[in-house]
Amino acid sequence: MSLVAPELAERVVARALARGGDLGELYAEDRRGFGVTLDDGRVEDPRSGAERGASVRVVRGEASYFGHVDGIDEASLMQVADSVAQAVRGDECRPAALGAARVAEGHPVAERPEGVEAARKAQLLRECDERARAAGAEVTQVSVGYREERRLVEVFNSEGVAAADDRTRIRLSAQVVTRRDGAIGPRVETGTDTRGGHAGFELLASDPGAVAESAARKALTLLDAVDAPSGRLPVVVGNGFGGVLLHEAVGHGLEADAVHKRASVYAGRLGQQLADPSVTAYDDGRRTGEWGSDGIDDEGTPTRRTTVIENGCLTSYLYDLVRARADGVESTGNGRRQSFRHLPVPRMTNTYFAPGEATPEELIAGVQRGLYAVSFGGGQVEPATGDFVFGVSEGYLIEGGKVTAPVRGATLVGNGLEALRAVDGIAGDLSIATGYCGKAGQTVPAGVGQPHVRLAELTVGGTA
Amino acid sequence: MSSDLEALARSGVEAALSAGAGEAEAWCEDTTGRKIRVYGGAVESLSDSGGRGIGIRAFLDGRVGYAYGTDLGPEGLRSIASTAASVAAVADPDEHAGLPEAFGATAVEGLESAAMAGFSTERKVELALAVERAARSRPGVSQVENAVYSDSEGAAAIANSRGFSASYAATSAWVYASAFAGEGQDLMTGLGVGLARDPGALDPEAIGVEAAERAVALAGARRPASRRCPVVLDTFVAASFAGFIGAMLSADSVQRGRSLFAGRQGEEVADSSFVLTDEGCDPDGPASAPFDGEGSPTRRTPLIDGGRLAGFLYDTRTARKDARETTANAGRSYRTAPSVGATNLLVQPGGSTLPELFARAGDGLYVTDVAGLHSGVNPVSGTFSVGASGRLIEGGELGAPVREITIAGDLVGMLRDVVAVGSEGRWVPLAGSVRAAPMLIGEMTMSGS
Repeated sequence: MSLVAPELAERVVARALARGGDLGELYAEDRRGFGVTLDDGRVEDPRSGAERGASVRVVRGEASYFGHVDGIDEASLMQVADSVAQAVRGDECRPAALGAARVAEGHPVAERPEGVEAARKAQLLRECDERARAAGAEVTQVSVGYREERRLVEVFNSEGVAAADDRTRIRLSAQVVTRRDGAIGPRVETGTDTRGGHAGFELLASDPGAVAESAARKALTLLDAVDAPSGRLPVVVGNGFGGVLLHEAVGHGLEADAVHKRASVYAGRLGQQLADPSVTAYDDGRRTGEWGSDGIDDEGTPTRRTTVIENGCLTSYLYDLVRARADGVESTGNGRRQSFRHLPVPRMTNTYFAPGEATPEELIAGVQRGLYAVSFGGGQVEPATGDFVFGVSEGYLIEGGKVTAPVRGATLVGNGLEALRAVDGIAGDLSIATGYCGKAGQTVPAGVGQPHVRLAELTVGGTA
Repeated sequence: MSSDLEALARSGVEAALSAGAGEAEAWCEDTTGRKIRVYGGAVESLSDSGGRGIGIRAFLDGRVGYAYGTDLGPEGLRSIASTAASVAAVADPDEHAGLPEAFGATAVEGLESAAMAGFSTERKVELALAVERAARSRPGVSQVENAVYSDSEGAAAIANSRGFSASYAATSAWVYASAFAGEGQDLMTGLGVGLARDPGALDPEAIGVEAAERAVALAGARRPASRRCPVVLDTFVAASFAGFIGAMLSADSVQRGRSLFAGRQGEEVADSSFVLTDEGCDPDGPASAPFDGEGSPTRRTPLIDGGRLAGFLYDTRTARKDARETTANAGRSYRTAPSVGATNLLVQPGGSTLPELFARAGDGLYVTDVAGLHSGVNPVSGTFSVGASGRLIEGGELGAPVREITIAGDLVGMLRDVVAVGSEGRWVPLAGSVRAAPMLIGEMTMSGS
């Protein structure tokens, strides 16, 4: 695999730096994908895409100059390099010589998804449909989606970086609607679940129907849900997708662009004790086969595990090249972009709390009256303050140390610093779920995860 | 440029027919754009973008396949077209799928501004810097996180196997700024935004001041006590709710049973003061175009009128399913197959100024920001619980700033409880394209401490 010959890359980077700059970079990408969905028992919307393009970036001081084109032929690359160079005001600088792009150590793919017949993917969706419908008579609608993507990425820069990455991701998602007619009208609930990773079709070899069954189980459970309580309550947050709380309320505030603009409540707090000494958290773009993992980031820096919180202390921010240079540190391999059409920005990869010693049952047993938030329908945070809101898509009451009735309509409202301080128990059952994270108009796959975590007190906005 | 693009779309259709499609349609786009982000009085990033691509829909015995790509040479087109035809085989047949019966273009004035070409990069940078200065110079502003100028010039073309082809060109320019007031955990943010067909029609001073004032108004916000009270939604928040309601009025959501409006056509779903229309041919609408993603001419569609649910948004497939005509709401880009969505949503302004709405509210809450609307609303039941910040209303006047509250209710209940719609309508291009106005709601549950 080679998208751009090193000799051409070297000339493009040199051309981009014709009017100066501290860093010149060429990013080339070939991306191909296929997706198909099943809805109302019918396989529909099969779609396939193939794009090839490149972008050129020049960084000079605090400013970035950027341009992108569809196509990676010499004429297109030279044209975009010229256009970017036009915007720069400075003296010409001489880039380092470039070798052939070294392919990063990737993540294992046993069965290439594009090599699997489309009919088998459709069959997978039908199996999921059957499993969800078999879960209960009150299941009224099942929607299942399959998606695969392969991105070949090459990054060359004026400091001699010549790196390549071959990224394959697949994801199966299920959404199930249940309905029960009652005296005060129908009650309709929704449950979702997903399975995905930086991996091949083998990820779906073992019991893919379980994804749909799990979504159905959630939607069926919610039919019996009572209104959520409101007020200040202890909250046990579930493992896997429960980690979206850490991602939103803490992780975004650790991204170095937000820190630099003092748009983060975590700015200036390195070394501070923000949580109980039992709390450790990582951003880990190397974790094998995980949804948010890559071989290199989108600036050619090898991905790595960064300890962001160690024994309750804030230990690191998440850096791309530009912000790392400004702080005199190394990039942590978090310079990510949605595609060749986007500038890299510091982004999380897989962010999660390290497992502790407790069991989920022990965490729950310690709560007299509280909320068990298993998964969230989504969340939003203002990184500048750390204020967050999460809709609880699957939640239960905890009464007398036991999980009792399911609740609906609960939201968690609070602040990242407050939530970190409130952590008073961590279980050992770490798992990581597949999220899509949006920032600065770019969406990238991000792994969110944690073991079960207990927060001593948080504001629950309920419907009761 | 447009005629080249139409020819390209026609070639795409021919390639799909040669690859075995019974019928076919191709959509092409060619756009260029510039984005300038300034920070601290200097350029932080300057981006040039250019893109050209095609998406092809192939119909084979009631099955539909889609493929897109950016390789537009003869070989590339053949590959995209044959992929569209071959992936169709995996789909189940759909009796309602197919090309529309009628095609055409509605005349929409002013989509393209000739003035766009006259603006140099330097003037665009200066515009972004002027927005930042306007925000920064306001007392109480501690920081301007972002001032971003962005524009695009582009053309789109469609062709299909019934012999129809058409194209149009459009320009747009927009600016947003995000300002902070206060520091640390007391920091509050405010957003200012403006949108036009070219940079000359943007008012940098007004956009900067808006960001600053929205942030400063929240400085020192605290969590208030829980209660039920009248609520005034500001224009941005009203636009967020209207956008969500528009999504729920998609016939696709309705037919799949994923909308609270399913089966309620003609029912009373709002107070008569809340009038909602979709208008794809409004000359001022950011999402306006002569035709939709299937080549149906754009039009005006009443959605909520006289307090009743007047209609849904349709594309060809969903319209056939309900035995009616499309409303030309097939949205698309070359990377996505057509799917039902709102174009420009218009909330009809009422007769009350904002101070009059506060006076009528008496004691209540003025909401200037909601968080988590899409995760906090159950689309099927319409119940919601979302995070909010804003100001208390005390004795008919604006009072103390508040944050970390949740407001809860159900959407139809809220719409029926609309007491008055404000007179100051404006475009809010934040989540989709909505022209909204502030709204006074009789009573909502506000949960604080």
